[in-house]
Amino acid sequence: MNRNSVSSNSLEAESLTKRYGSGHTEVVAVGNVSLNVAKGEIVALLGPSGAGKSTLLTLLGLIRPPDTGRIVIDGKIVFENNRAKVNVRRFRREKLGFVFQKANLIPFLTAFENVRLAMDINDQPAKVSRKRSKELLEYLGVAERAQHLPCKLSGGEQQRVAVARALANSPSLILADEPTAALDSVRGRQVMELFRKVAHEQHAGIIVVTHDHRALDVFDRTIEMEDGKLKR
Amino acid sequence: MNLARRDIQHNIGRFVLTTVGLGLLLMVTMGMGGIYRGLVQEATSLVDKMDADFWVVQKNTRGPFAEISRVPVNLEDRVLTVPGVMTSNAFVSHTIQREHRGKPLRITVQGLAWPQDKGSWLPLVSGRSLAQAHYEMIADESLKLHLGEKIKFGKDVYTVVGLTRAMTSPAGDGMAFFTLQDSQAIQFDIPAEAVRLERSARYARAQKMDVGRTSPQTIKRALGSSSQIPALAMPSVSAVVVKVKPGFNPDYVQSVISKWPDVSVYSSQTQRQFLVGGIVARSRRQLGLFRILLIIVSAIIMSLILYTLTIDKLHDIAMLKLIGARNSVILNLIMQQALLLGVLGYAVAYIIGQWVFPLFPRRVVLVPIDLWVLGLIVVAVSIISSMLGIYKALTIEPNEVLA
Ligand SMILES: Nc1ncnc2c1ncn2[C@@H]1O[C@H](COP(=O)(O)OP(=O)(O)OP(=O)(O)O)[C@@H](O)[C@H]1O
Ligand SMILES: [Mg+2]
Repeated sequence: MNRNSVSSNSLEAESLTKRYGSGHTEVVAVGNVSLNVAKGEIVALLGPSGAGKSTLLTLLGLIRPPDTGRIVIDGKIVFENNRAKVNVRRFRREKLGFVFQKANLIPFLTAFENVRLAMDINDQPAKVSRKRSKELLEYLGVAERAQHLPCKLSGGEQQRVAVARALANSPSLILADEPTAALDSVRGRQVMELFRKVAHEQHAGIIVVTHDHRALDVFDRTIEMEDGKLKR
Repeated sequence: MNLARRDIQHNIGRFVLTTVGLGLLLMVTMGMGGIYRGLVQEATSLVDKMDADFWVVQKNTRGPFAEISRVPVNLEDRVLTVPGVMTSNAFVSHTIQREHRGKPLRITVQGLAWPQDKGSWLPLVSGRSLAQAHYEMIADESLKLHLGEKIKFGKDVYTVVGLTRAMTSPAGDGMAFFTLQDSQAIQFDIPAEAVRLERSARYARAQKMDVGRTSPQTIKRALGSSSQIPALAMPSVSAVVVKVKPGFNPDYVQSVISKWPDVSVYSSQTQRQFLVGGIVARSRRQLGLFRILLIIVSAIIMSLILYTLTIDKLHDIAMLKLIGARNSVILNLIMQQALLLGVLGYAVAYIIGQWVFPLFPRRVVLVPIDLWVLGLIVVAVSIISSMLGIYKALTIEPNEVLA
């Protein structure tokens, strides 16, 4: 294998498997899944509840280690032979962006500070992080709420701040798990379109788990999952 | 952007309350140390202030503070004959408890060897030292008497002419200074009826004895004042306080007096040791134990506070890990809060203590070394007690955010 190959893929995952429990209670949450996402591509991940979508995202996001398989992100092998090949904490802050169903903002920091924090922990100079946080909040249409604490924001505003945080370090891969579940369909669609814009403008690969079939036209591609496997 | 500070700002009410609570706890701990120091200071203040070279006391006693010592008044003169002795003063001290303005008043009555000693060495805050041989007293502030106030002890009325500060007996009672004669009059005050009874008993005894029959004059004498009977012992004093002339070897003076078979002689240093080692020792151990317990209690409470502070943030900490924050970010968050809590709690303890300790009935003395040691202990406890929270924070998996 060629470690130094410059790949046009944001993500290459090969035969990922994740089991929970053991013996009688064993669940194969993700079974031998292989998946590529190109740079600048936005992919919808569909599937019934319990299909293993969230689990797959945690594997790709280096949040949980897969039992088997290989993950290459931005041309770099990050997981292989049961072992992380990079400092996962560092890789997450530098290359990955996460958005979940709940915004999960830090409650004691303002919207602005929540975005800035992502850059601060990635050792960005204060000047840069301040400027970019402001820009991102403007980009997402929550600039006027920048100095508010999360508890003073609506669900949609919180979610947009969370998206801004995910974008802060210009990640190569963004993983979003039902990011619009808490939003109304108009807001939900706005967020999806925003992801599309980010993918196309910033050449990030984006995987969005969604149940909202009305917004599927936003995506470049949809993949479906069932019982831990991708449907062909 | 400091996470610890932002979190505290967000929960400012809780943080303030916690800090004040911890501060009060630390204040008690600080006070315990202060009480111990105060105890030692009160115990030794008289010995320190008198600045004598030697204390001559009844043979084999450790008087006059640690136990009762009785020596004759004229020991004073005998000591003065030793070459090198500059002054030799009788020392009388006893504690009385009387009623004053409807409240019990405990006074340690201290005799001054008038006229050589007028109490000019006393730390006077107002008034003057003694100016006449009788019916004047210098009282300590802590007795809450004021200048010019008149009090009756025994058959006589005494006027407060001076006030001292921080002159207390080893037991913490305020001292009052009288001339030696007055102090003995107060100590040996006997009601008239008791005197009459004693005289007639004396008379009856004498009549039965040879001496009474052969010399009737003696019987007549026996009916008079006891101070006029040559055969009766003079009222005794507690000790004799000796100062050596400058340039003379104190060891020589001590070696001479220590050969006398009826008295023991101690240096002021030894006298201090008797006080600290004897009277104060048990209180000291008791207070020491209490302090240790309080520090342990503080540590446990701090641990619990810091643990709950961390647990409340566990979800946020998992999120921080998820977005890739280093452990140091999380460690700083918890540790800084712990230290801030400790330092502010200590400051609260000190500030409230400054205000509260003077109201304590016994002296509370804050010594820099004690404050430093407690400060270091608080810092150490802050760090140690944040460990539980830190352990919890560092072991939480980022995927717990998703739960
Ligand atoms: N921590 C866990 N321990 C044991 N089993 C788990 C755990 N997390 C998920 N599972 C199981 O793994 C399977 C896949 O779960 P997962 O959450 O990935 O599904 P999903 O596709 O995200 O479902 P949903 O659409 O409801 O979010 C399920 O059968 C689930 O019960
Ligand atoms: Mg899910």
